[in-house]
Amino acid sequence: MSRNPLVRAVPPTSWFFRQPRYLRYMSREITSIFIGAYCVLLVVGLQRLSAGQTAWEGFLLALRSPASIVFQFLCLVAAVYHAATWFNATQKAMPLQIGENFVPGNVISGAHYVVWILLSLVVLYFAGVF
Amino acid sequence: MTKSHKPVVWFPFAAGGTVIAFCIPVIVVLTFLAALGHMPAGLSYERLHAFAANGVGKLVLFGVISLSLWSSAHRLRCTCYDFGLRADTLVATVLYVAAILGGIAAALFLLRI
Repeated sequence: MSRNPLVRAVPPTSWFFRQPRYLRYMSREITSIFIGAYCVLLVVGLQRLSAGQTAWEGFLLALRSPASIVFQFLCLVAAVYHAATWFNATQKAMPLQIGENFVPGNVISGAHYVVWILLSLVVLYFAGVF
Repeated sequence: MTKSHKPVVWFPFAAGGTVIAFCIPVIVVLTFLAALGHMPAGLSYERLHAFAANGVGKLVLFGVISLSLWSSAHRLRCTCYDFGLRADTLVATVLYVAAILGGIAAALFLLRI
């Protein structure tokens, strides 16, 4: 005689509406769609850059279409959301122990934010934004 | 103990996740500024071409793009599964092959510059 194991029926396509934290998980998951698409755009950009000045300037002009502006705005939101959640997770993913004590989680995440902001400012500076 | 292939998938995923977090937002800001008509001087053909013509520049661009592609492919695979697309082997194969081809394409374009 064997007992039947408990199998909970989980709807495969709508399970994440059950709890707010599942929704937060899924909202982070869908950022990968935008970042993946943006990476493809970067590869296309490299192709245009390698094809010469006219091709590159055509690519920059194409970036200015309304659809591209909306797409890039969504990518920016997705990228910042991915970055913030990634840095918030670092304190759980790589706890740091010094001697007997663990370094407070906020310090680990905070250090990532500081490096992120500094790196972004350096890139913006060298790209001639300011 | 059987060897697992997971580290092969996981290492570039984690590295890519970190690269995406640190680098992609600022790159999007740059192209977004260009899209809004405030083109950063660094995106002009001369300056970007000079950056990509340099060995270090090539390595940086290749590293950022190929790792981000791989990490996105891995995350998209999980996203497909979570949205109910359970043909995982097929999805994984398509996405990883696409990421590898994208990385190879990026390398070829960079070598042509």
